[in-house]
Amino acid sequence: MSDKIKITLTVNGTAMTAEVEPRRSLADMLRDDLRLTGTHLGCEHGVCGACTVLVDGKPVRSCLMFGVQANGASVRTVEGLADGDRLHPLQQAFWENHGLQCGFCTPGFLMLAAGALEENPDMTDEEIRDVLSSNLCRCTGYQNIVKAVRLAAEVMKAGPAPQATRS
Amino acid sequence: MTWIGRSLPRLEDPSLLKGHGTYVADHADGALHVAFARSPLAAGEILGIELPEIAPGGGQVFTAADLHGVGVIRPVLNRPDYRAVGQPALAAGRVVFPGQAVAVAVARTAAEAEDLAEQVFIDIEPQDPILTFDAALAEGARAVHPEAPENVLVEGNLKTKGFDEAVAQAAVVIELDLRSRRQSAVPMETRGGVASYDRATGRVTLVASVQMPHMLRTGLADVVGMAESDLRVIAPDVGGGFGQKMSLFPEYVVLVWLARKLRTKVAWIEDRRENFLASAHSRDQAFFVRGAFSAEGRLLALDANLKSNVGAFSCYPVTCGVEPLMAFGELPGPYVVPEYRGRSRGVTTNTCMMAPYRGVARPMLTFTMERLMEKAAKALGLDAVEIRRRNLITSFPHRSPTGVVYDEGSYLQAMEAAVAHVDVPAFRARQARARTEGRYLGLGVSVFSERTGYGTPVYAQRGMGIVPGYESVDLAMDPSGNVEVRIGSSPHGQGLKTALAQLVADEIGVVPDRVRVIAGDTDATPYGWGTFASRSMVIAGGATKFAAEAAADKLKAIAAKMMEVEVGAVVLDEGYARVPGTNKATPIPDLARAAHHQSQRFGLEAGIRTSGFYDPGGTFSNACHICEVEVDIETGGVKILRFVVVEDAGVLINPMIVDGQIAGGVAQGIGNALYEELIYDEDGNLLTTSLADYLPPTALEVPDLEILHMETISPESVTKAKGVGEGGTIGAPAAVLNAVADALAPFGVEIDEMPATPQKIRLAIRNMAIRNTRAPADV
Ligand code: FES
Ligand code: FES
Repeated sequence: MSDKIKITLTVNGTAMTAEVEPRRSLADMLRDDLRLTGTHLGCEHGVCGACTVLVDGKPVRSCLMFGVQANGASVRTVEGLADGDRLHPLQQAFWENHGLQCGFCTPGFLMLAAGALEENPDMTDEEIRDVLSSNLCRCTGYQNIVKAVRLAAEVMKAGPAPQATRS
Repeated sequence: MTWIGRSLPRLEDPSLLKGHGTYVADHADGALHVAFARSPLAAGEILGIELPEIAPGGGQVFTAADLHGVGVIRPVLNRPDYRAVGQPALAAGRVVFPGQAVAVAVARTAAEAEDLAEQVFIDIEPQDPILTFDAALAEGARAVHPEAPENVLVEGNLKTKGFDEAVAQAAVVIELDLRSRRQSAVPMETRGGVASYDRATGRVTLVASVQMPHMLRTGLADVVGMAESDLRVIAPDVGGGFGQKMSLFPEYVVLVWLARKLRTKVAWIEDRRENFLASAHSRDQAFFVRGAFSAEGRLLALDANLKSNVGAFSCYPVTCGVEPLMAFGELPGPYVVPEYRGRSRGVTTNTCMMAPYRGVARPMLTFTMERLMEKAAKALGLDAVEIRRRNLITSFPHRSPTGVVYDEGSYLQAMEAAVAHVDVPAFRARQARARTEGRYLGLGVSVFSERTGYGTPVYAQRGMGIVPGYESVDLAMDPSGNVEVRIGSSPHGQGLKTALAQLVADEIGVVPDRVRVIAGDTDATPYGWGTFASRSMVIAGGATKFAAEAAADKLKAIAAKMMEVEVGAVVLDEGYARVPGTNKATPIPDLARAAHHQSQRFGLEAGIRTSGFYDPGGTFSNACHICEVEVDIETGGVKILRFVVVEDAGVLINPMIVDGQIAGGVAQGIGNALYEELIYDEDGNLLTTSLADYLPPTALEVPDLEILHMETISPESVTKAKGVGEGGTIGAPAAVLNAVADALAPFGVEIDEMPATPQKIRLAIRNMAIRNTRAPADV
């Protein structure tokens, strides 16, 4: 049961090899084996989206994918979003617009939005709301998340140079 | 420069945004993992427990028989009608609800622990489960607990003197038979704990996703039978609580016991199924209410028979009285109720324990009072807003028939502002037009009070054995001029640290960035009660203000000596002690440095350390919600088109945070009103154990709110702020459901239950269509 399988993958731009139990989910692999605990588990059955990461650029529920299935893939997690201390425009917009309260769902929403905006930078407001309805948040009532993603989309289209963070 | 009143981005956020928050599961490194074997049945006698054969090194399993010296969780309510029942850490002899923990497995990984737990065979002689009010209260019903032969754990009764006479004088008596189905708070992070034993000191540190760390420590030490000082409880970043994480749960008792027994570190992270099955439920209530009105639409008397299904146990520390007694005590809400007869029972059943959930009883009682106003208006031919005008409390302080004292509020003004903002006549025109097109729009109003920030007097009145309420704060400025504020309260997503930093910044004249608020660690904070009941901004805020004022006084005294002026001439502002009208100014860090390193100059105790304590009587926030919906009569689906909130929470310390609390609360209220329902089948199996079955709303179901503020200042809050954590959830269901009822008025459909799911709405329409030939024939 615990015979491990060796895989190679890229995580947040760093190439690495990992030895993973076949039954380990990608989420558990990221959290427990790679110590990337920014990816959260809210349900482990594919509904809440707290575990959303990007696999080859696409938002994926990492609780529904085995770690070994990421062999050869490029995985991006919330830890890879900021450029050092410079927040990603999505993070900056979530901060300025109070798009988070407890913060538990936040990494999933950030990665979901990042993937969706990379695929289509010109989403309409309805499309943004529709995409964001894939994930659950129990704290915010969503309106500030929707607003933050809308504003971040504009910033991202206008080009780089996110503001420096305060912390 | 003042910081109060500014929508300062939260100091908590950068780390959370970067994925550097540390929730309980992020503390499990190096721990053995724990999984519970749980009862598959709702009720029965345990005949035996067969443990799996375990290879050496393959883990361990423990049952109640192993827990020597461990007591039961038995919260106290000093009322003659209260029946105390004890909750064992692991079931002993019998099981009383499905999902009750019976055995615990410990292994190297979570998966191995789960494998082990699955192999535990619990041999149970089943009993017919008692799941509902009817079953529990039936003649000769089996007692769920021998301590409560009638299946009633707590009961409130009251009848005012003039009640009978008032009812006799009524022009009309309106009857309501309303139901709120069982619901869950569903924090996105489930429960969990990591307990580690320190070989050097013999102490245990429990990191757990909880709202009341100090209380948990007291309760755990008592039940496990250890000195409280040998236990440290830490609430790290907590992924939402909403009341569900207040209680002392058996799982935490087991974790602390295991850490001591095995002298190691053990971790249990609940899965979502366990969270639905065995954490805590709420809202399972049935209200039968009669309102006696005069011909002018004045409420003369209220007659209430209230039942709350409190499940199998009484939650510690607030007890199973929390829902039934709050329902009983606060039913009148924002209305003048001259005479009252009330009976409220907390009924025990073979279901998961009831515990507080955001709003506690008030979503249901607001739904009740607001349906009452609507139905009375209809019966008397009055406008539904007008009848509220005639009944809302307008003079303060107001004393309700149950003895609740209301401080200054703006019930009537908030409603008028909301009604004006919405433009009701324009809506009625839209509604009439839509009906001609076969579309059904509705408008719903909800006016309510939110009792917040109450201290020991209120809890003592409830007879609670453990009387919560006050808060203490310790404040210190270090030699570099930074401030540390240690609070007994324990925020988990509310942004309290930022709001308190704003308060301190204004008192001491430093920027909020220099104020670090420390919470959620029993080793690092003064004893306090945590975060619940919309209390932290008012009570921890008040205590913080007192501590900060004392620190400011000391800084001024030092500054006065250093600048050789009178103390009264010094002000603290923007990082300096200044003497207005002169060019004298000293940087605050210089004062801090001097306080520590030149203390001999001032004749004062060295350093800057102060404390604050606050134990207020409580203050009421109030609001009016108005909701516009469209009901699809083919599917029963409800779309919310507009949602307006006029909120009066006194002075807003950080308006952005306040609006966030309202928006999040309303979203939960919408879910409670329309979608969320925990369902047991007849055998007591919980059918809703995933987020695909139990449906919190998504971004598609929750509209953007229009939020307006009013500001009534109450002497009951030293910061002039009122609590605002629960209001959204209290008021929204009534607004939504009144709107649905309004939309369906042409069909004569009555909305008497929450949630009003599409299935239930569709069924109600069809039943009315069959019964009432005048309704459209083809529905
Ligand atoms: S944890 Fe993966 S969807 Fe909920
Ligand atoms: S911020 Fe708490 S769940 Fe979204």
